[in-house]
Amino acid sequence: MALFKLTINNRAYSAEVEGDTPLLWVLRDNLGLVGTKYGCGIAQCGACTVHLDGKAVRSCVLPVSSVGKAKVTTIEGLSEKGDHPVQKAWDEVDVAQCGYCQAGQIMTAAAFLKEKPKPTEEEIVGAMSGNLCRCGTYHRIREAVKVAATKTN
Amino acid sequence: MSTINQASRRDFMKIAAAAGGGLFLGFNWSDSKAAPVVVDAKHIAAGSVKFNSYLSIGSDNSITIVSPNPEIGQGIKTAFPLVVAEELDADWKLVKTVQGNLDTAHFERQVTGGSGAVPHSWERLRKAGATARHLLINAAAAKWGVPASEITTADSKLFHKASGKSASYGEFAEAAGKLTAPGDIKLKDEKTFKLIGQSVRNVDNKNIATGKPLFGLDFYREGMLFALIQRPKAFGLKLKSVDSAAAKAMPGIVDVVTFENSVAVVGKSTWQCKKAKDALKIEYEKAAELESSEDHNRIFSNLMDNGEATVRRKNGDVEAAFKSAAKVIKAEYQCPFLPHSPLEPMNFFAHVREDGVELVGPTQTPDRARGEAAKITGFPPEKITVEITRQGGGFGRRLSADFAIEAVHVSKLVKAPVKVIWTREDDMTGGTYRPAVRYRFEAALDKNGEMIGYKLRGVGINSGNPTREDNFPSGSVDNLLIDSVEHKSAITTGPWRAPITNFLAYAEQSFIDEVAEAAGKDPIEFRLALLEKAKKSPAGEVKYDVDRMIAVIKLAAEKSNWGKKKGVHQGFSVYFSHRSYVAQVGEVVVEKGKPTLKNIIAAVDCGIVINKSGSLQQVRGGVVDGIGHAMFGNMTFKGGAPDQSNFNGFRLIRMNEIPEVDVHFVDNGISPTGLGEPALPPAGGAVANAFYKATKQRLRNQPFINEEAFKGIS
Repeated sequence: MALFKLTINNRAYSAEVEGDTPLLWVLRDNLGLVGTKYGCGIAQCGACTVHLDGKAVRSCVLPVSSVGKAKVTTIEGLSEKGDHPVQKAWDEVDVAQCGYCQAGQIMTAAAFLKEKPKPTEEEIVGAMSGNLCRCGTYHRIREAVKVAATKTN
Repeated sequence: MSTINQASRRDFMKIAAAAGGGLFLGFNWSDSKAAPVVVDAKHIAAGSVKFNSYLSIGSDNSITIVSPNPEIGQGIKTAFPLVVAEELDADWKLVKTVQGNLDTAHFERQVTGGSGAVPHSWERLRKAGATARHLLINAAAAKWGVPASEITTADSKLFHKASGKSASYGEFAEAAGKLTAPGDIKLKDEKTFKLIGQSVRNVDNKNIATGKPLFGLDFYREGMLFALIQRPKAFGLKLKSVDSAAAKAMPGIVDVVTFENSVAVVGKSTWQCKKAKDALKIEYEKAAELESSEDHNRIFSNLMDNGEATVRRKNGDVEAAFKSAAKVIKAEYQCPFLPHSPLEPMNFFAHVREDGVELVGPTQTPDRARGEAAKITGFPPEKITVEITRQGGGFGRRLSADFAIEAVHVSKLVKAPVKVIWTREDDMTGGTYRPAVRYRFEAALDKNGEMIGYKLRGVGINSGNPTREDNFPSGSVDNLLIDSVEHKSAITTGPWRAPITNFLAYAEQSFIDEVAEAAGKDPIEFRLALLEKAKKSPAGEVKYDVDRMIAVIKLAAEKSNWGKKKGVHQGFSVYFSHRSYVAQVGEVVVEKGKPTLKNIIAAVDCGIVINKSGSLQQVRGGVVDGIGHAMFGNMTFKGGAPDQSNFNGFRLIRMNEIPEVDVHFVDNGISPTGLGEPALPPAGGAVANAFYKATKQRLRNQPFINEEAFKGIS
């Protein structure tokens, strides 16, 4: 067990855990940030996607010991008022069915649009195909990323 | 921290008290003819009056509606209140929806399954809204001294045109709450609906997009322990001995307990429990046959020819028909086991206390969870509470109560609040799969290409009856025999979205395509002719609505421009399930020598569409689910153990693999029928039949990806 100091959503957190604990479980079990979801634990579904210094990563396979000083952003901290362009687009397009995968989808989309503010449809599909949606809302996820792109400047 | 669900429940009670004398409406759902009862806040808070549904209007003009059925992504938490709000003439922006907890004294059919919630509750919900509106009007009429018949309503407001008077619902909530509700209430003319049929967004969108704790896995209670469970690694094994010394010595581990064939590692975090679970040393012994997929293939072949079949439906003289046939067509289709794979794995919270049990979690059948807890603990049901969380998918998996049973056992053994969490591997290898089935179809054609005989035998593994003997084409063929054989196995099975029909529809609709071709007829014309026959001179009882089926077939043909698109290979499929009718046309285009699935055009008759946005997505999602599992879904076994344990081995459809899905609803004004499931069954057949048109190769086994003919398709 060791004490890890983390910067999450621009706030300082600390957690006493074993170094091999995936960031996902530190967020969920130790810090109460349960917006980041567990789906597979092997980086296949994308439900656990968070940002590490602005880049989308799979927190289920990221040992907390390797986070270091990197800034972590979770769905809870993507925007202060839940009004990030991607979050707004997700509501406008009415994407969610069960909603369980959507935090990961939104985090993937937000990081992607930061890199590529005016993507083609092919680029959207390429970027989002790593995230599983068991309800099959893919048409609307694709549409919402397009809508978000019109809001991101 | 608590779930939103729990907080909302409290909020609702608070609103009830704060509104002090607002309008509360309870409904006896067990008898839709019973007179609605109106009570005040005191009664609801004290729980002394028996109600089944609560609608409240506060003096602050807020409207709160409890949605009793579990929300698993089917959109019930938005659709239910929408129906109430329609008849109430409510301002939708002022409506707040609350997930109800298990309350069998006040609600009935608190189940998510069988696509049955809306059909069951449609009239009850409408009456709830209409009665409240009636009382508000009467309260205003009395105060204003005008006839109630002259008062109109819109957007949570009351108007009297002649006197120019108007008021909000909130202003008359208290007065309306003191009136007596009528026993009989007039509902709106469906043509005047303002909210129903519109696109309304999911009421939880904001909470979902900001990561609020909504789901069972998000639930946390101070002092709660986590538990991961090692179940037998193969179906057919039972526990012999456990060495938990190493696991117990690991950091964060509180205890290791054993019940039935399970070993539970209980500790302070999910990850610590997972590592300790991996350190368990367990010996198992054989309790039943440890079956492999090869065994299943052998069993299918043997039972298909030699099994003692149960006759499900018999019309006419089948043997004579086949003897006299000009042509006989015969084909076999097979599907594998499938896990449900909801993205939120199984989990459940239980706290077995000295005075009762608290259960919290994602379940499609909260009453079943309570019943099982009662059996284990000996507490009567009234000492057991069940809080229903939002659920990260269900697909039938959460109709079982095994995960709740586990949580109760563990909490009882360690005498602490416990949340049982399944890893993805646990979830995928833990059983209750869609059963594996093989079908043999035979059709007899006369010299004119008329189908005079039809035989279907289904052989399933723990499948129960793997046929739907009264579905089309039954009723349209004079000589028909449908029977089935079941093999009992240690591999557990259970309902999987559109049970049985999720595969049977594909097999049957593909076979009918084969028969139409052999008869030299267009697949749509062939089906329409059979349906005309079912209508004019039915063979035995016809248990589906022939006209509704014909209507969706014609709509799909029209919207797909059937048979008239150049370079587009179209395949047709139609199915009746869960009281609804769905026809689909699949479109395959060959690009650079490679057949590609481009479109699915779906014509859907689910009666009145309540929420256009939610309904559209149910159909699209159902189609994506259907084609995804038809193309990729495969669970195989060796020595009783599944070969696939996570999404690296078990393939789910992804965004780059979906076709466009074009959805058309039939507008016929019929009261709503099911929609959570009916779009799935026809999807596989539409794809297989379109693929055949493009390649002349039949896809008779799922998953398609394993079929030689399918290689190269995308």
